[in-house]
Amino acid sequence: MTKEEADNGRDDMVIDVPGQANAVPDGFNANYLRIYYGKLFPHADMFKWMSYGNDGKHPGCDKSYFGRREFSFTLENDIYIRFQSFNSVTELENSIKEKCPFKIDIGPVYSVDPAKRHAYAQSGDNVFTPVERELVFDIDISDYDDVRYCCTGADVCLECWPLMTIAIKVIDTSLRDDFGFNHILWVYSGRRGVHCWVCDGKARRLTNEQRAAIADYFHVYKGNENSQKKISLPGLVLHPFLARSYTEVLKGFFEAKLLPNQNLLASEERYEKILEMIPDASVASELRRRWQENKRASMSKDDINIVRWEQLKSILQSGKQKMQGLRRCVEEIVFSYTYPRLDMEVSRHMNHLLKAPFCVHPKTGRVCVPIDPNNCDEFDPTTVPTLSQIWAHNSCDVFTWQLLEELNRGGLRQDAENEWDRTSLGESVAFFRTSFLQPLLKSCKEEIENSYNAKLQQSKNDLSW
Amino acid sequence: MEVFQSHRKSSSNNVIVSILPFYRSAPPLEVRLEDFEFFAMDRLRVLKGISDGLCRGKKPEEMEKLVVDLWKANMRHPQAVEEVNKDIISHFVLRLVYCRTEELRKWFLSMETTLFRHRFRLESSEAQRALMSEFKLPYKAVSNAEFESVKDKLGQVARSMGQNLPAADAIFYKVPFEEVPDLVSGRRVFIHKGHAYVAMNQVVSLVVTQFRSYISKALILTNRKWTSTIREQEKDRLTPIVEALCTSYLGPDYSQPQEFGEISIKDIDQVAKTSFPLCMRHLFEKVKEDHHLKHGGRMQLGLFLKGVGLKLDDALAFWKAEFAPKVSAERFDKEYAYNIRHNYGREGKRTDYTPYSCQKIISVTPGIGDHHGCPYRHFSEENLRAALVRMGVSSRAVEDVMDKVHNRHYQLACTLTFEAVHGSSCDAGINHPNQYFIDSQRVLQSKNGSVA
Repeated sequence: MTKEEADNGRDDMVIDVPGQANAVPDGFNANYLRIYYGKLFPHADMFKWMSYGNDGKHPGCDKSYFGRREFSFTLENDIYIRFQSFNSVTELENSIKEKCPFKIDIGPVYSVDPAKRHAYAQSGDNVFTPVERELVFDIDISDYDDVRYCCTGADVCLECWPLMTIAIKVIDTSLRDDFGFNHILWVYSGRRGVHCWVCDGKARRLTNEQRAAIADYFHVYKGNENSQKKISLPGLVLHPFLARSYTEVLKGFFEAKLLPNQNLLASEERYEKILEMIPDASVASELRRRWQENKRASMSKDDINIVRWEQLKSILQSGKQKMQGLRRCVEEIVFSYTYPRLDMEVSRHMNHLLKAPFCVHPKTGRVCVPIDPNNCDEFDPTTVPTLSQIWAHNSCDVFTWQLLEELNRGGLRQDAENEWDRTSLGESVAFFRTSFLQPLLKSCKEEIENSYNAKLQQSKNDLSW
Repeated sequence: MEVFQSHRKSSSNNVIVSILPFYRSAPPLEVRLEDFEFFAMDRLRVLKGISDGLCRGKKPEEMEKLVVDLWKANMRHPQAVEEVNKDIISHFVLRLVYCRTEELRKWFLSMETTLFRHRFRLESSEAQRALMSEFKLPYKAVSNAEFESVKDKLGQVARSMGQNLPAADAIFYKVPFEEVPDLVSGRRVFIHKGHAYVAMNQVVSLVVTQFRSYISKALILTNRKWTSTIREQEKDRLTPIVEALCTSYLGPDYSQPQEFGEISIKDIDQVAKTSFPLCMRHLFEKVKEDHHLKHGGRMQLGLFLKGVGLKLDDALAFWKAEFAPKVSAERFDKEYAYNIRHNYGREGKRTDYTPYSCQKIISVTPGIGDHHGCPYRHFSEENLRAALVRMGVSSRAVEDVMDKVHNRHYQLACTLTFEAVHGSSCDAGINHPNQYFIDSQRVLQSKNGSVA
């Protein structure tokens, strides 16, 4: 079919296709999900990722690897099925298309195919146990409700989203510089947070104890509604990780963005929360007195928050302050507002299930797209494609639609790639491939080869007399 | 078989630098059967002492002192060779004893690791370095050049912990961060590109992790050997000793009530509800209900109360009052008072009887009309469940307890009950009703700031 014919055909198609921009309902819709899985969900890419190079092409490949990975599906009506496993991309794809899960979770790689787990014991010799699992992190903006006044709960806007951005920066830098990890995927969770998948071989093979250690290394914010002081930074100086996070990310963000945007010192209710964190009551009173006298924005044209923050810093950091607890008070305040608040439990255990990238969030209809940590300032959760938008966009262009079908059936075709690019989702998939998947697979192949060669060498050595 | 090297000599003085063994292989020595048992029991006292210390929440400095005291009291020998041999032999015997179930392995691993950690810390840094190389840890000391490049960061880490800056000639080891999870966890090391820079004094962490991992694997192997060959082969010689060792009660006898001093009659009702183990609660409830207890029950409960701190006069008053509806004052004085005074060592051969341990209580079988013995062993499932619920054990915890009961681990069942009721863990496990009482009071006291 030529493009002309397609264009002419489009007029006939309009009536059938429920794709008029006005008529498309917002957000999530089970029918759209079915089409999404049918046409757009990157099954092949997910398969390649989860195979970690074990595609059978090299003699060192582990053919059972993909089949030992647990997936779990949440179906319509909250029916939850665990321990799903597949032996090929076709099995994976067919199952997803058939069951049309509202949510797909990825679990660990087990010692044996999860479908056969009942034949194995829980302890002793013949065991069913996780053997590999990405190191994962989950950050949810609703954990920051006490420091954002623009939204609460599940809502997110461009004023408060930057809290997620700086969390990504702090954690990503540390994972790479401190821990030496390279293959890191950040994903928008679809509504109000981000997930992080660390996929290096070393990361996948970490024990629960090691995962807990990394989570604890990142654990600085310790609190709940009941604890007064949630950040405690004792010691004469900060650990290099905390110092770097502060100077490179947190301080700047707090002073230039969060403070003025959330008006943290503008009203009594809000500045009291900060004054509470100052262990020296006389200092707190002094500031309170000054700010109460100065209720209106004063002579200065500068933002009242910034003015007051400077006053606070100058008192706390002046040489006169000898009191032990004040030494790091300014940093503690900044940390308590901005430092990443991770869900510790998610990271600690190998068997924790986490939502798969490219799923669609049932409440918002938004696709869980990757986020580029090097450009995370540009990421805007409010413009992430939703199911209905994708559908609307695609339904207008049958040609593209057909190409997409080709794409999902077979391999990547050169011209198809350009068409794919045009859709907003296409950009995300492209990013996933070039920034994450390809380097990862390259590294995996190397690992498989090296390991195989080492084994060969070993058996040669063993045989020699 | 590997020849075991028990001495490491330093280059200069021919003095033994360290005698801390890694227990890599069983010693090719001949051991007398009695020593087999005695050595093991001495070591067991050390391990149980450590367990006790941990259970009571002792701080690291206190634990270190405890380990020194325990070792001195139980394992010292004037001749270093003998001491090392006893050390190794006792460890290997206890491996046999404690390899047999997951619970036992976990406990043994935990105690041996703690013991090793403290003993290692007490060694000189030369000795520690020698031990590290023995362990064949593939960690390199950081070169001078590299040290210079990271010196600032290392200094920051030190100061963040309130320590001094590292000296110019300080030795640091570069280690994959996976090997030192507890240092990473507490941000006590500088990490860069996956490597942690570990100070000499933190080296303990490295070695202990290796030790723990090694012993953990060794225990599994030992268990296999035990089940497949040793147990049967040794059924007339070692096996009975091994099986008895695990349950032998080696702890304090609680005949002298210590910390909480006295309990008076008015306190009993309250503490019975909060701090009595099930066996004693049951007896107590029955006394209140029936106004009587048969001999076995009177002994078990009476001695327990003595251990808890009930003075003789109060004890007499207590029993007299409880029995009053059925027994007149004169009959009480004639038939029961004597026995109570006997228990307190005021009559007859003046033996100050000691309260019964769990082992003893479990071993008796109550007859009709009796309420003593161990309820985990003797109660019907239905009654036991009801009793646990009355104690405030959650339904999930009840299942765990019942699971232990079905497997005949009565003391573990009681331990789980303790943990469920108090919301805190008891690593040592319950071995004695008075221990249950004291630990319970401790937990409650730390929660409320006063004896409940």
